[in-house]
Amino acid sequence: MNLTFVVFLIPIFPLLGFLILGMGFRSIPKKVTSILGPGTVLLSFIFSLFTFFNVHNFAGSPTQTLFTWIHTGSLQIPFAFLIDPLSVLMLLIVTGVGFLIHVYSVGYMKEDPGYGRFFAYMNLFVFFMLLLVLGANYPIMFIGWEGVGLCSYLLIGFWFKNHDYNNAAKKAFIMNRIGDLGFLLGMFLIFNTFSSLSFDQVFQQAKAMPMGDPTIIAITLLLFIGAVGKSAQIPLYTWLPDAMAGPTPVSALIHAATMVTAGVYMIARSNILYVLAPTTMSVIGITGLATALFAASIAIFQNDIKKVLAYSTISQLGYMFVGLSVGAFTGAMFHLTTHAFFKALLFLGAGSVIHALGGEQDIRNMGGLRSKLPKTYWTFLIATIAIAGIPPLSGFFSKDEILLHLFEHSSLLWIIAVVGSLMTAFYMFRLLYLTFFRSFRGTDEQMHHLHESPRVMTTPLIILAILAAFGGLLNLPEIFNGGNSLSGFLAPVFADSAVLVTPETPMSLSTELLLMGITLIVVLGMVFLAYFRFVKNEPELLPDGAKRPSLVQLMINKYYIDELYDYIISKPILWLSKVFHEVVEIRFIDRLVNGVGNMVVWTGNTVRFIQTGNVGFYMFIMILGIILILFLNILI
Amino acid sequence: MDIPTNIPIQYYLVFCSVLFSIGVIGVLIKRNALVILMSIELMINSINLLLAAFSAYNNDPAGQIFVFFIMVVAAAEVAIGLAIVVLIYRTTHSIDINVLNKLKW
Repeated sequence: MNLTFVVFLIPIFPLLGFLILGMGFRSIPKKVTSILGPGTVLLSFIFSLFTFFNVHNFAGSPTQTLFTWIHTGSLQIPFAFLIDPLSVLMLLIVTGVGFLIHVYSVGYMKEDPGYGRFFAYMNLFVFFMLLLVLGANYPIMFIGWEGVGLCSYLLIGFWFKNHDYNNAAKKAFIMNRIGDLGFLLGMFLIFNTFSSLSFDQVFQQAKAMPMGDPTIIAITLLLFIGAVGKSAQIPLYTWLPDAMAGPTPVSALIHAATMVTAGVYMIARSNILYVLAPTTMSVIGITGLATALFAASIAIFQNDIKKVLAYSTISQLGYMFVGLSVGAFTGAMFHLTTHAFFKALLFLGAGSVIHALGGEQDIRNMGGLRSKLPKTYWTFLIATIAIAGIPPLSGFFSKDEILLHLFEHSSLLWIIAVVGSLMTAFYMFRLLYLTFFRSFRGTDEQMHHLHESPRVMTTPLIILAILAAFGGLLNLPEIFNGGNSLSGFLAPVFADSAVLVTPETPMSLSTELLLMGITLIVVLGMVFLAYFRFVKNEPELLPDGAKRPSLVQLMINKYYIDELYDYIISKPILWLSKVFHEVVEIRFIDRLVNGVGNMVVWTGNTVRFIQTGNVGFYMFIMILGIILILFLNILI
Repeated sequence: MDIPTNIPIQYYLVFCSVLFSIGVIGVLIKRNALVILMSIELMINSINLLLAAFSAYNNDPAGQIFVFFIMVVAAAEVAIGLAIVVLIYRTTHSIDINVLNKLKW
């Protein structure tokens, strides 16, 4: 089969699925939707696998052009896909994890009246995400970038009858729009500098630029603003916790595994530009590290099972950005991959719990679910261990790779990152213990209805659990007799930037082991601390308004960031709108417009009395008029 | 055709102007709809006479052709005008135009 043909088939299937389901979601029976929705993604996955096994065939010509999309003046944008190890890795994540989540949704959304609509949106999302990762130039990537934002909006506001959910959707959309503006400006600057937007041409020319070129710094900073919006970093992260309003599979697919990692992918894709801009790299590093710590500290005191996971996602994305900032592109992509596995698993597990409890999301009302939901418990446990970074599960290896690179860079950064990772361990095990251990704290009615999810939901959980457990094997470091296979696989993509990064003195094996040991010990310490606080002793579960120490109060209220944004952005804008409405609109524009109307009415009211109804008078006026015209003719 | 050049053109002009003015004054001061219609006819005919006179003096028959057209139009107009007057009479039992003052303001 023609390879180019195969590549273009990959995104076509979900698009077809969207078109069919989108047009017929009222009439297509549920059984057909259940096959069509996940089926299209499965086909994409099969073709992605095929592409993966043939990726070496693309090494010579990674850019596959379908047609010229825009051709005007010196601007030429082909509709082209880029097939290289990086995009193939993303392809497998998007279609693979995406397929599992689609299958899970068949069970999770079974009772929902918007079943067909849900799968239509999900398929559309997969289509745009594939466009994003496959695009061979920035505009194609941007189509996907905007498209996934749209689908995110549609799916957050999926239950559109709830006003709060609609607001959450709008918030996500607007926050993303701020970032997208940065991305767009970045693209303009790229075109202005390199007079091309294709990855291969831009990177080819960029290689010749000097280190720290101001234009490159500007470009990378602007693109990074886009990544900040999409990947929910400080200061544009507040949409992601609110985005949990959407159905849980949406949170798993869009707000954990794929869309939010688009920023990381974009920077990894533009690695050469970023390597040439050390200033930007520092900005990314500071942002990422701050986000990782900040979000982790908020997650410790959240009581909504999905909110904890949302902040955890923000925090883990922060780690990926930190990894990128020190040039550990493979490490960041590795963490992206394992994170996609275990965070999707965590969300799906949370969905299974919520499903069993009939919509309950507050972990204070859970507990003791271990025996009632055994499959959910075991898979959730695996994911928790993986994210906490305990060997030999995947999270340990991916996070450790980033941490080691950080240590090579600066030991202070390493310490801060380790603090973040021990917070991760604490809040994740707090979540696990409160949900599954001790006795059930919910109502009797919920207790009565407790049930393990159907097999269609647990099977994806088990597969993801296997991936989360063994995902670390993808890039096992040499120290464990691993071959760093992912690094080898991705090496061609990062080859050019690897030359530019000043090589750090490779640390000795003993240092590496020591660092791993320290991390592991503090993480295990946190696990036991959580165990003592939430399992051994009666957990301290205070209602929402309870009085707490002020620092805790600060964290419970998410550092009042939402309130701060409300005060410094929303309120002034509302105030300004009010002023414009009450002063400019009502006092000036309205008065002018109404004045013209009033004048016409007044004139008409006055002049109408000329219409006396006397025919003789009319004729007199008429003749007077004729005479006047005659005189004017003579005079002029 | 024998051109009546023994009568100077000024005579025609003065005569037609007087005739026209009588028509105008008739329209303005009369209250009887029939008389007003007749006054209008008077104005039209003064114009016709003037056209014929100029046509004769300039040896251009186009003016006289034009007079025929005006006559046709005037006949049609009078037919409609009289029909309206008849209808007015049937509804108001009067042909005084000052009775027709309901359509105002």
